[in-house]
Amino acid sequence: MATTLTVNGTPHTLDLPGDMPLLWVLRDVLNLTGTKYGCGIAACGACTVHLDGVAVRSCQTPLADAAGTAVTTIEGLGNPQALHAVQAAWVEHQVAQCGFCQSGQIMQAAALLSETPQPSDDDIDAAMSGNLCRCGTYPRIRAAVKTAATNLKGA
Amino acid sequence: MSRIGTIARRTFLIGSAAILGGVAFGTYAYRKPYPNPLIGTAGAHALTPYVLIDATGVTIIAPRAEMGQGVHTTLAAMVAEEMDLDWTTVRVIHGPASHAYFNAAMLEEAAPFPPTDQSWTAETVRGFMHVPAKFLGMQMTGGSTSTPDFFDRMRAAGATARAALVAAAARRSGQAADTLKTENGTVILPDGTAIPYTDLAADAASVDLPDTPPLRDPSQWKLLGKALPRTDMVAKSTGTAMFTGDLRLPGMVFATIRTNPHLYAPMKSFDAAETLKVPGVTDVLEIENGVAVVATSTWAAFKGAEVLTIDWAPATYPATSAEIEADIAASFTDDRQDSRMRNDGDVEATLAAGVTFEATYNVPFLAHATMEPMTAAALLDGGRLQIWAGNQAPTLVVSMAAEVTGLGAEAIEVHTPFMGGGFGRRAELDFVRQAVLLAKALPGKPVMLTWTREEDTTHDVYRPAAAARIRARLEGDKITALDVALAAPSAMASQMGRFGYPTPGPDATIVQGAWESPYALTAFRVTGYRAPPSVPLGFWRSVGASQNAFFLESAIDEMAHAAGADPLQFRLDHITHEPSRAVLQAVADASGWATPPATGRARGLAFCLSFGVPVAEVIEVEDTPAGIRMTGAWAACDVGVALDPGVIEAQVQGAMVYGLSAAMTGRITFDGGRVVETSFPDFDPLRLSQCPPIGVTILSMGGPIRGIGEPGTPPAAPALANAIFALTGVRHRRLPLVDAVRFA
Repeated sequence: MATTLTVNGTPHTLDLPGDMPLLWVLRDVLNLTGTKYGCGIAACGACTVHLDGVAVRSCQTPLADAAGTAVTTIEGLGNPQALHAVQAAWVEHQVAQCGFCQSGQIMQAAALLSETPQPSDDDIDAAMSGNLCRCGTYPRIRAAVKTAATNLKGA
Repeated sequence: MSRIGTIARRTFLIGSAAILGGVAFGTYAYRKPYPNPLIGTAGAHALTPYVLIDATGVTIIAPRAEMGQGVHTTLAAMVAEEMDLDWTTVRVIHGPASHAYFNAAMLEEAAPFPPTDQSWTAETVRGFMHVPAKFLGMQMTGGSTSTPDFFDRMRAAGATARAALVAAAARRSGQAADTLKTENGTVILPDGTAIPYTDLAADAASVDLPDTPPLRDPSQWKLLGKALPRTDMVAKSTGTAMFTGDLRLPGMVFATIRTNPHLYAPMKSFDAAETLKVPGVTDVLEIENGVAVVATSTWAAFKGAEVLTIDWAPATYPATSAEIEADIAASFTDDRQDSRMRNDGDVEATLAAGVTFEATYNVPFLAHATMEPMTAAALLDGGRLQIWAGNQAPTLVVSMAAEVTGLGAEAIEVHTPFMGGGFGRRAELDFVRQAVLLAKALPGKPVMLTWTREEDTTHDVYRPAAAARIRARLEGDKITALDVALAAPSAMASQMGRFGYPTPGPDATIVQGAWESPYALTAFRVTGYRAPPSVPLGFWRSVGASQNAFFLESAIDEMAHAAGADPLQFRLDHITHEPSRAVLQAVADASGWATPPATGRARGLAFCLSFGVPVAEVIEVEDTPAGIRMTGAWAACDVGVALDPGVIEAQVQGAMVYGLSAAMTGRITFDGGRVVETSFPDFDPLRLSQCPPIGVTILSMGGPIRGIGEPGTPPAAPALANAIFALTGVRHRRLPLVDAVRFA
């Protein structure tokens, strides 16, 4: 059955099972590979994308649930020539090490800041602790979220 | 498809193969350089394999795997510094698998001298180690070796390239070479005219050069010594960095795999009837010890694999961790003695006067748990094999693939994309071998193999479980004898055995981080005991030091408290090695050690010298209604010469987090011959809310330059355990701590 899925503003008509996780639709069908597979059980956050601006784990989001929403992936947040404020803060603080979790971290942080523009440390803890980083970039993630909040406030 | 292949055919390569810092003891065969892989034909002039220039700019080959440690940035900066390149225009690639990129420092570290020994004898023996390293030609990323291994080689490549470009500009302009300057990727003539390197490259290729141009004095450095923007940072912040799994080729099929959870045992039989009914599944293929499911998407492959029915042969090793750990605990026997690399004074005689301290410590098996599960792609087409895999040993990948396919090495191309974490796991070839087997079974089709998280956790090569028995005699506040007995199965024999290399002699990783300890005691003995082989083992960030620092530094802390001494002063009283004293003092200053912590808080200190780098760490903990919480962490290290303080800070912070995750919750257990833990919730690694601020002090004491990927890990566990003792009065001698401690 054909499903219409809008990703980064572009509608796609897809003939795929409704229970196919959005993660694999993005990666293996639409070739949007910035969103990563880490665990498949929503325990690591590497697959985080936005549905109507809300951060969700795409590995646990069936295509049928994503249809009819506006899906935003890391590719839609910004790009190397036009960085989103969160991405600019990530570059400023040189956050990434291996980088595999960072698409998810950045999407989670962007959603936090759109909902809570001036997050407290507790807000950051609560929002960001579902996103695992095995390289241990947490101190720089915390700093970058604060910088992004400051820059967005001034914008 | 291969950027390097296309570049090499239509661009100019400049420089000289002369490698500074080579050994004076080599034979002709040793001195003869490996063919430059960028040229593609052996026997051509020896040209540097690290720099290539085409019409669009300069590309630097950084032939070590980028797994997050910033190695591409630091290696490129070595070349860019000597070449006067504009950092914002520098391009870096990993390049092809080649013996020219052999790792000399790794075997150098295997020489039987502690890194604190800079004597003539020690340095001479280390120099000799370059010869076997080069004959093996092993291109390997690991052991915190990349920076020391390339510090001379990469700077020499840059200096040689610069000299060639200046000579070319001198010839073209008729000006004397010594009147020319270089800046931002151009040669500047006396009248101020700037000639871009890209215009000079063709001329430079025919310039005759001295073998060893002088290297710049560090006081002249413009890039090295500063925190540079990492070359991979924008890509990794925008989802555009290419990891193995991001490769997409026309006609690509997606696969996953199930191999025997009784590790390395065979499969008896399987039934794929249900799998073949899953929409999207196209093939089910038997491969070594298991089954691969091939489909039109990774999801379909995962779903197909879930409904396979497989009859596995039983494990050949003991069924439970309890049995394996009992074997380790029973290994402190003469017939299992593996090494005694430290034996100062007469330990037995001193202890005969009375043992005043005795304790046993234990740590479990650990998984690497990289964020990116094992992933590899391969395409066998027209007698050529291409492999894409984040891997730490590309020349071994070529040998393995040649054996699997029967192709010659020249028909095999290995691409090494960014790795989603390595920590030692991607030095293993298992997942790459599977992709090659699938490509062989499906010629003409690019196959992307992705392991599930569960397959990854249950089919790792694990950090060995280990045990220590430590005895000492304390007289007043002085240790007069210290006897450290360490038992573990051999990770070296396990890993190298899978590569097909014999490992005669002792396994230094069993005693790593302890035998080379700078504690200067009258009587100090470190004995390694090799437990029986059991499950597959591998190198895990900081290898043997990951457990031995916990053992030794817990014991030192216990003795400090027994002596009623301050843990910092107690260590300083037993260490004379200046860089080690300096990092202890630096971490004490940074953490405010001399000032008591706030009420309800306590601090712990630990120290370890591993991979030649002394690191001291302090952790502060607080007792909260929700449990124990870390409120601060500090580290100080001495890397000899600090090339990029931004990268070093990140590596030390990350290494601490990796060590703390293991200390608090890390564990792999076996039951029925299979790994019990399957995914992150089973050994939940440290989360952002649990991570304290981490202050890093970087010292450059001017000793030999060292790598920093690993040395930050070992002191983390004992610093935390010592802090918890200071807070609660309870000593924990067994990891993970979560068995006995409630963490917030």
